[in-house]
Amino acid sequence: MKNILKISYSIIFLLAATLAVNAAEKVDLLKTDWSFKGLFGKFDRGALQRGYQVYSEVCAGCHSMKYVSYRNLSEPGGPEFSEEQAKTIAANFEVTDGPNNDGEMFVRPAKLSDKFVMPFENVKAAQAANGGAYPPDMSVLAKARSGGVDYIYSVLLGYEDPPSGVTLDDGVYYNKYMYGNKIKMSQPLMDNAVEYSDGTKASEEQMAKDVTTFLMWAAEPHLESRHKMGFKAILYLIILTILVYFSMKKIWSRIESEV
Amino acid sequence: MSDHEYVPSSKFGKWFNDRLPLLSLASHLTDYPTPKNLNYWWTFGGILTFCLITQIVTGLTLAMHYIAHADMAFESVEHIMRDVNYGWLIRYIHANGASMFFLAVYIHIFRSLFYGSYKSPREIIWIIGIIIYLLMMAAAFMGYVLPWGQMSFWGATVITNLFSAIPLVGEGIVNWLWGGYSVDNPTLTRFFTLHYLIPFLILGLVVLHIWALHVPGNNNPVGIDVKKPSKDTVPFHPYIVIKDAFALLMFMIVFAFFVFYSPNILGHADNYIEANPMVTPAHIVPEWYLLPFYAILRSVPDKLMGVVAMLSAILILAALPWLDTSKIRSAVFRPLYKQFYWILVVDVLVLGYVGAMPAEGLYLLIARVATAYYFIHFLIILPILGFKEKTIPLPLSITEPVLGGMPIASAVKKKESLN
Amino acid sequence: MSEKKPERREFLFTATYAVGAVGVGAVVWPLIDQMNPDASVKALASTEVDVSSVQPGKTITVLWRGKPVFIKRRTPDEVAEARAVKMEDLKDPQKDEDRAKDPEWLVMLGVCTHLGCVPLNDKGDYNGWFCPCHGSHYDISGRIRKGPAPTNMEVPKYEFVNTNTIKIG
Repeated sequence: MKNILKISYSIIFLLAATLAVNAAEKVDLLKTDWSFKGLFGKFDRGALQRGYQVYSEVCAGCHSMKYVSYRNLSEPGGPEFSEEQAKTIAANFEVTDGPNNDGEMFVRPAKLSDKFVMPFENVKAAQAANGGAYPPDMSVLAKARSGGVDYIYSVLLGYEDPPSGVTLDDGVYYNKYMYGNKIKMSQPLMDNAVEYSDGTKASEEQMAKDVTTFLMWAAEPHLESRHKMGFKAILYLIILTILVYFSMKKIWSRIESEV
Repeated sequence: MSDHEYVPSSKFGKWFNDRLPLLSLASHLTDYPTPKNLNYWWTFGGILTFCLITQIVTGLTLAMHYIAHADMAFESVEHIMRDVNYGWLIRYIHANGASMFFLAVYIHIFRSLFYGSYKSPREIIWIIGIIIYLLMMAAAFMGYVLPWGQMSFWGATVITNLFSAIPLVGEGIVNWLWGGYSVDNPTLTRFFTLHYLIPFLILGLVVLHIWALHVPGNNNPVGIDVKKPSKDTVPFHPYIVIKDAFALLMFMIVFAFFVFYSPNILGHADNYIEANPMVTPAHIVPEWYLLPFYAILRSVPDKLMGVVAMLSAILILAALPWLDTSKIRSAVFRPLYKQFYWILVVDVLVLGYVGAMPAEGLYLLIARVATAYYFIHFLIILPILGFKEKTIPLPLSITEPVLGGMPIASAVKKKESLN
Repeated sequence: MSEKKPERREFLFTATYAVGAVGVGAVVWPLIDQMNPDASVKALASTEVDVSSVQPGKTITVLWRGKPVFIKRRTPDEVAEARAVKMEDLKDPQKDEDRAKDPEWLVMLGVCTHLGCVPLNDKGDYNGWFCPCHGSHYDISGRIRKGPAPTNMEVPKYEFVNTNTIKIG
């Protein structure tokens, strides 16, 4: 048994070292209490629905979300809009389909099975419309930045006047948490930028938190089932480990030797 | 191969076994006499078998959905993560499985270093092991390229560019590896092909590794030969099987924590950005298991020599059975070697740490000292130590008292304490 | 070998095996289920077809779930022919009324129930479809009349969204 402890310690030491290496580059990001962290972490449905609203009214003008489909909005573990609501949302967008029997492409309202319609045709068009900077696709953004959701939350709230000595070009803004502190996106969230239908006060922090929660879900739509399954799997493994441990003791007791 | 003649009891069994001795093989494997004093460091062989099978099975299922094309690879991975039934689970097991595989293989290698398992008559087992390790690194590297994220692309660019260090033909070789003038679709498709092939090569080598092991039998913490079968050995089944199972389950619990609760912590955020040949990420860092070698590469200021140093750091291990001149296997009876062993462990950890840091200032200095020490350990300390070291007398068997009359079982137990 | 006489299989071992077997089963399922139709495929389960331009007596073929669907606009003569068939002449008895919601429109999967080939229009001994692979003859209601196919061509779930549009699935 002593050996097991030693091995466990060594493994933990190794892992801790890796984590320390990964953590070494981090600056102090703003923290907030994310409901989806931890062993039983789940998304806050209200936050996801509000977050979708912020995304669609504020972000979606420039940022695509090309791997997420409208049907995802009504799937379990997500914002869980009703299927009717999701259909209505989809129908607000137009997609090009075809060719039809005459060989022509045509425009139709989006269906549940369609991916989120992109604000620009392609990367070049997006760059041209945004002063040369490509507004990154938001499908996996929460996983694509070191610091993850904390980083996104911090950048959203990190707009400041530049410190003296820092000069900014036209169309460039100062952000305390952005890598390099310079960002081409103007401050996207101001108090009451959207009007929440559930009566929640649309403060800057509230919107930042809601939309970041939504982005986390978009990046990791199966997070809830992962947490649920993980708990069951580990509980199962512990039970089996205990059973195997006593079986092992019993088997080795046949030859009067310590395991 | 068999230690004793096995005769099946049923008539059909005998008929079959005379034509294809599968039953003899099974009997050999279950009865295989194993030293009974093996500690938990010996369970990592079984754990590694589990890792290999897990990677092959999850890899095969992922390959049913993955599309090896520069325009579609990233999207197909997202498709796996979002739409394929349990796709996220299978991919996270495969991705973290690579890390767990290396964690286990490093423990396995360092166990061998501590107990002298590479020494005569086990040199071939050891060399096959080094080849497996090299193939693992190749497979892991190519696998990391497949999602076609930023780290995939730039990792592939940087590593393949190592070959450009070769004088005269370097550039030609690199273009040949790429199938073009940069890492692109032809590179991706060939990497996928090779990533699919290598695990089966490893599987074949694992069979040889175990075959070669079963000729002399296992080494053990005391490091002396055991008569087999004897009162010093136990049959593999059920004694070793159940012990391996127990250790494997403990390992799986750690594995499960990664898969279910921090599946991306061992990866790099930049790999969730689709590959872009126009922009290099701010910090290019290989996966953690390659960091020590990356540090060695960067610690040498010359391009060609850096590559040579990195390759030598691995290949030197193949010469280890002859570099280590001591006849005593286990570090338990080699007080000086034991200390140098631990210095080497720390040295490798330090190399791993500085490998993740920017190659400048103090980090670079530390990397150079650690690299130098790594080679000094194998090329100078080990050969000399074999002649100079005053070793502790070996017991007659793993269960008998030594000449001093001390009950050896407990003495060994105390000595093998790795602190 | 200093082994004592092996003990009888005990409850502990049985329990360990049983719990272990449950785990193996739980691990095998995701590996099997990953091959089932995925969420994006299931989402494409329905398709809408504009049939306004189909002339009486003509058939159009549309793709639904990767399979051809025959949509035939039948003439009154053809409907009468389909309805006149006696049930005892059929291998897989089914009334035409049960196969076509609107007698004018026959909607069915254009897949031979023998081994999955696509039957040819207006061929065969019964004025309907003929499968070239192994010679199955279908009548004007898509019912099997002769040949190796065991059942009638399948009618998928469909509905008339309006007079010109059929939604399949």
